[in-house]
Amino acid sequence: MEILYLLIPLSVVLVFFIGIAFWWSLRSGQYDDLEGPGHRVLMDDDKVREKKPGK
Amino acid sequence: MSQDSCYHCGLPVPDTVNFLVEIDGAPRRMCCGGCAAVAKAIVDNGLGDYYRNRDALPDSPREALPAVLDSLALYDHADFQKSFVRALSEHEREASLIIEGITCAACIWLIEQHVARQPGVVGAEVNFSTHRARVRWDERRGKLSDILAAIAAIGYRAYPYDTARSEELAREERRSALWRVFVAGFGMMQVMMYAVPTYLAGEGDMTLGIESLMRWASLVLTLPVVGYSAAPFFRGAWRDFGQRRVGMDVPVALGVGAAFLASVWATLTASGEVYFDSVTMFIFFLLGGRYLEMTARQRAVSVTEALSKLMPAFAARVAAYPAERVLAQVSVADLHPGDVVLVRPGETIPVDGVVLEGNSATNEALLTGESAPVVKAPGAAVIGGSVNVDSPLYVRVEQVGESTRLAAIVGLMERASLERPRLVQFADRVAARFIQALLLVAALVAVAWWFIDPARVLWITVSVLVVTCPCALSLATPVVLTIATGALARAGLLVTRSHAVETLARATHFVFDKTGTLTYGRPELLDVLTLGEFDVATCTALAAGIEHASEHPLGVALREAAEGAVPAVRDVVNTPGCGMQALFEGRTLRVGRLGWVEELHRQMLPESAHALLAGGDTVVGLGDEAGWLALFRFGDRIRPEAAMMVSDLRAAGLRLALLTGDAEVVAAGVAQALGIDEVRAEATPQSKHAYVESLQKQGAVVAMVGDGVNDAPVLARAQVSVAMGGGSQLARTQADLVLLSDNLEHLARGYHVARRSLWVIRQNLAWAFVYNVVALPLAMLGFVTPWMAGLGMSASSLLVVLNSLRLQPRERR
Repeated sequence: MEILYLLIPLSVVLVFFIGIAFWWSLRSGQYDDLEGPGHRVLMDDDKVREKKPGK
Repeated sequence: MSQDSCYHCGLPVPDTVNFLVEIDGAPRRMCCGGCAAVAKAIVDNGLGDYYRNRDALPDSPREALPAVLDSLALYDHADFQKSFVRALSEHEREASLIIEGITCAACIWLIEQHVARQPGVVGAEVNFSTHRARVRWDERRGKLSDILAAIAAIGYRAYPYDTARSEELAREERRSALWRVFVAGFGMMQVMMYAVPTYLAGEGDMTLGIESLMRWASLVLTLPVVGYSAAPFFRGAWRDFGQRRVGMDVPVALGVGAAFLASVWATLTASGEVYFDSVTMFIFFLLGGRYLEMTARQRAVSVTEALSKLMPAFAARVAAYPAERVLAQVSVADLHPGDVVLVRPGETIPVDGVVLEGNSATNEALLTGESAPVVKAPGAAVIGGSVNVDSPLYVRVEQVGESTRLAAIVGLMERASLERPRLVQFADRVAARFIQALLLVAALVAVAWWFIDPARVLWITVSVLVVTCPCALSLATPVVLTIATGALARAGLLVTRSHAVETLARATHFVFDKTGTLTYGRPELLDVLTLGEFDVATCTALAAGIEHASEHPLGVALREAAEGAVPAVRDVVNTPGCGMQALFEGRTLRVGRLGWVEELHRQMLPESAHALLAGGDTVVGLGDEAGWLALFRFGDRIRPEAAMMVSDLRAAGLRLALLTGDAEVVAAGVAQALGIDEVRAEATPQSKHAYVESLQKQGAVVAMVGDGVNDAPVLARAQVSVAMGGGSQLARTQADLVLLSDNLEHLARGYHVARRSLWVIRQNLAWAFVYNVVALPLAMLGFVTPWMAGLGMSASSLLVVLNSLRLQPRERR
């Protein structure tokens, strides 16, 4: 049970890191457009690079 | 896609044109040079995938591009950039753009890819939901005008937009609210992790050290939740305290504060119970509910926002019109009455004005709710904020800035939103009393439980404070009214006074003015009786030709009735009060008052004309030296949708009446045609006023619909008044509602929306009441823990908001 003395403080620290990660995602606008990125991932731009090497 | 429709925009390809662009290895036909240019730009840049990925067709680019491109250079001026470009570093700039023409997700991809390839562009993001774009570029290597030109080249229109507007504020509000919800939610989950073991552990399973450690960990995680996430509640309660009144936030702040401080004390002294889990969960549910409420509200007010955003920033001013027509792009703020501007198809008309040249149609849907484009010919008035649809128009500026109709509409709407409706005031008063009573009850409960079981005093008191918070009660009315106002505006009925929705729904009598309200309010040619050698069309054309420069309403009506070209006449002489005289192919013609026309040839009217004269309508004659040629009968035509509205309102159980200053015969005719039983003809403004007053004495709630200056007193007298959008300024500012579309059917629809709103308000209030009546005894008896109380209260508020949202009309998309 002694391990809890390490794990509980660790979990508190972890929470703050997760909080920072969310704060960053919020500030970078990831929650502003919940529709577009879902479509965007389907757009395939690999072929474009094949056609235009060097771009 | 069939062979005959344009591969780019889907419009039919005329047989006479032959534009071919190779896409995906096959030649594709295009409908016009614009589409071909756009498609070629897309393919040449290696973005042909767009055609494979799109799931909606784009707008046709219509106009050839160079005209647009010329004006873009203006965007490079530092003065113009002030409002929408931010400097990120010494050379990096960021512009906020609004992009028109986005129809599907592939458009986003296309624009981002294409813009990102322009020289100097560092980044480009397009938001699919709002159609806004942010473009960052290096000033030294590229120009903004090139970026805008690149967007135009692939068939979209980009306009700068001012970020200092409320939309940005709303976004900030949303972000910070979401962050508060997250902090509370994550704090809640983690605190729960520490709380559950202590609930499950049996006697002696956990050492004192571990338990104390868990309490301290919970304390550390609850601190940001109470200190940051719950800060709005404390601030609100403090503000209420300063103003010596009690609001919604007081019981919440008391509950949270008491439970938190007691838990901190228990942790510090290692005694008693801790409620960190309940506190965090309660705050999370409350904030979650508020967040959902806020997003719903922001969506509902978007109509007002859309209206105020309609005005474009720039206009094409035509110097030295009509001789030289030098075009210059200027800021709309620099336009003055008397200037002439050119409005190209697809552009928004920047000012209120009069068409000087060009035939086109404009879309006034957002202003009036009328979805069909309105035809505009020289002489027609155009409203700032409407969109020119067909072909270029030269417009003389009449009103700018604050004096435009759009600005007036926005001003009226703002007035409505500033006033607090009586219903809301009432709900707030009830809620304030309720909270006072609640605080008293909570104190009594605390004392009672102190004697029964001191260990449970704290959380039972907190539960009572929280579970009965009258949030749902005070949300019930304002949310409905906000949404109803938006729904009405979309139907073309503008709410300018806060009580209008409620009173309209309660109306028992609808009283209509006749001229201009049930009828068009201007004469129209109803009948032509030919008496001479010419047929109907020739006579009308002749009369229209003589009246071709006349501003007289009858002259205008004649011109409207004449089809095709009117014959040219010479030596037109206007005799005010009588009519007009002119020379045509060697003979003198007169059109005007019967007696005056008769003076020309001294011949009596034939027998056949008497039937025409009997109706009481205005009759005008046309004759030459030899005798009568024709008689024209004019009348005020009833609006075609009026009958439908009348039967609709009657079916809803309303009493209808017609009030008019016109003669008995005319009034009775209109009333009969529409099915209105109650008619008061030859009424003066005073007698109209008296009539409405007498109805009100019998307990009626009167809705008055009118348009003219003479209606202003009676509009003010009626409990709720509706003015026609095309009516006089005085009537519009007096009225509680303005029917912008002038379409009476929208009035009937608006009445039903108002009725439904009142019904939803009643549902909401009933629900809030029942909830409190059930929850309070349960909490007093100790069956409700604080987190259950938080959940119950948030759920009841949310239910109220969702119920109100049913009023919102379905989006077209």
